[in-house]
Amino acid sequence: MSWFLLGIRSGIRTERYAANAPAPAGATPGFPHETRFETTDDAAGNQARCPTGAIHAQGDVATVNRDRCIHCMRCASCDGSAAMEWKVDYNWAHGTDGVDTLPAAFHGSLHVRVIDAGDCGACLNEIAHLSDPFYNAHRHGIFITPTPRHADVLLVVGPVTQQMRAELATAYEAMPEPKRVVAIGACAVSGGIFGPSVMCAAGASSVVPVDIFVPGCPPPPLAIVHALLGVCESKPLER
Amino acid sequence: MKPLGSVQDVLAEWPFLAHASLAPDVDLIKPPSDMLHAIATRLRAHGWHLGTIVASETADATDLRYCFYGTAGRGWLHVLLDVDRQTRQTPSLTPVYISADRHEREIEDLFSITFTAHPRLGDFVFHDDKWASGIGLMRPQAPQHIAQTNRPWEPHHVLQEEGAFIMPVGPIFSGHAESALFLLETVGEDVVRAVPRLFYKYRAIEKLAEGRSVHDVLLLVERCNGMSALGNGWGYCNAVESALGIDVPARALALRTLLAELERIRHHAGAIREICESTALTVAANQAAVLEEELLRVTAQLTGHRYLFGTLAVGGLARDFDAEAIAEMLVAVHNILPRFAKMREALEKTGSFLDRIENIGLISPEKAQTFELLGPMARASGVDLDLRTSHPYGRYEDAEFSVPVEYEGDGFARLRVLFREVEQSARILNGVANAPGGALRGEIPQTPGSALGWAEAPRGASLHWTCIAADLSLLRYHFAPPSFRNWHGFHIATEDFAFQDFPIILATLDLSVAENDR
Repeated sequence: MSWFLLGIRSGIRTERYAANAPAPAGATPGFPHETRFETTDDAAGNQARCPTGAIHAQGDVATVNRDRCIHCMRCASCDGSAAMEWKVDYNWAHGTDGVDTLPAAFHGSLHVRVIDAGDCGACLNEIAHLSDPFYNAHRHGIFITPTPRHADVLLVVGPVTQQMRAELATAYEAMPEPKRVVAIGACAVSGGIFGPSVMCAAGASSVVPVDIFVPGCPPPPLAIVHALLGVCESKPLER
Repeated sequence: MKPLGSVQDVLAEWPFLAHASLAPDVDLIKPPSDMLHAIATRLRAHGWHLGTIVASETADATDLRYCFYGTAGRGWLHVLLDVDRQTRQTPSLTPVYISADRHEREIEDLFSITFTAHPRLGDFVFHDDKWASGIGLMRPQAPQHIAQTNRPWEPHHVLQEEGAFIMPVGPIFSGHAESALFLLETVGEDVVRAVPRLFYKYRAIEKLAEGRSVHDVLLLVERCNGMSALGNGWGYCNAVESALGIDVPARALALRTLLAELERIRHHAGAIREICESTALTVAANQAAVLEEELLRVTAQLTGHRYLFGTLAVGGLARDFDAEAIAEMLVAVHNILPRFAKMREALEKTGSFLDRIENIGLISPEKAQTFELLGPMARASGVDLDLRTSHPYGRYEDAEFSVPVEYEGDGFARLRVLFREVEQSARILNGVANAPGGALRGEIPQTPGSALGWAEAPRGASLHWTCIAADLSLLRYHFAPPSFRNWHGFHIATEDFAFQDFPIILATLDLSVAENDR
């Protein structure tokens, strides 16, 4: 059977993208969500369980700092005390205060250069899946480009290792204006579990100015699409 | 010459050496350093493999632990060598076991130990243009902040012909490739040899692990290479569990086996996608991407995470799955599997695709054995080595499956191994579908201990050395991932090739930079 026929017979697998629409099952791990517990001990227990200090307990309420969360899932599976509530969404991107979006000319034509600054491979794989039939980022006019000189947006993954610092800065300088930087994943957002440390920085913003942060470990393709659409404001960003 | 078939034979051969039994089938000998070559030469002649070399330094001792393992049922032999603290010199094992080369270069950079008679040291973990030599990051008195230097650096030119030049590719290149620099030496048409310069992504996981609890180090191990989080994580758990003597319940072992094979199928779908992508066979790449994404979703529906992060726990599993959810996962996987077979059939009939991957990136069986390559890469070059059968753990002893081996050692053979391993993983899934009931985690005693653990991750043997204090924090953690060894295979596969084959060779080798760099 020819590839053409095989492709046609597979049918259309692309899913409609709509901001705030429910995600297909398994497309995103979701995030722990602000939870009110019956006892203060349950809230404190979840704060103690969190290895990166993403959960903060105040009385019987535990709040979540998504930027620090590494999806260790410990607050989803607890022995004895109650688990955090999880919200299965993907609108995770948030901008730094007062960020300028790119002008309308970039709508439907956004060129993206990916910089691996110490990633484990999961974020990169989710970025690779942007162009698979399910997400098909091309239809939003999002294109991965091989050189920063053609790029409007820099997608940084990884905590920025010492040996990638200079390379990341050089790539940023090589981009034409206007340009935006998006930090993808817990490592690039806050250093994750690797930084700041002897060989890792505390994420992309320690080397280049970051405009949009996408927390998650890793953020699923839908979250990355949401962030990239937010760069040129064709979809609103939500915290 | 007497055969050295088992650890007992080795002990009988050199009865005068200090020795200790660490565990059943794991023995340790302590020879003087000038005997290392004689012992290693005999071991090599009798088919012992070098697992890894673990360097450790405390306030009063510096030692090197060479971990050897025999094929099926021959156990493990640890050779412990004291390093002279004054000269910090020790004989290199590379002349005997060429696979020791990368381990020794790494130790030289991390512990400032010099290996005499090693062919090439320096510019490995710490790049010569950015760091002064002799940092010794893993030594107890290493500085917490290290200033970078900017020094000139010139790649090593092997090719001396007229007009020869080096074409650098990286460290930032291609669409979404991992960061690594490739130096392609050429005289203009074909590439004569290619040298990778790695460790741009060095995160010092082994350093970060020191002083952290065994539970928190698992988070680092999972995020070393996100694509085989469970495979590597299981190897680490095996190490901790044998160090502390934790009894892992049967239910956890069965579920770990189930999840490990689910991860292997998903990982191989991704590897197949990358091979198709590298040959610009877009329809096939998209078909494989659909398979991978469906498997990611099936994984997330069962465990909550697409890449199985946070599923393992030291002593067992972090959470239980009910029989219904497991059955749903198996049904979903079995609906996906026939499409692998269909894809393989279609790919094998696509002449333009075969032209691109046949006879490229050749690794001969002799080279694969000499360099002791691991995983699917080695099995495509006729090496029948798989820790799941040779040193079983989990439920693999009872599982019915075979280890697929191909002999051509080219890109196509590696692709066929991936497809055949998917079929075998599906057989294992069926075998462990009915996990026995019972507890999910074993009790964790507060005792110190040290042990080597292993698992066959999707990319090959993943070895972990843990040395644990009584408060369950790590004193020393060493991780020898399969990709670290397999970058040797890159050197072999990239001798004399055409420029346009470079991405294809790289894709068929399926090497992880993150896993190598750690």
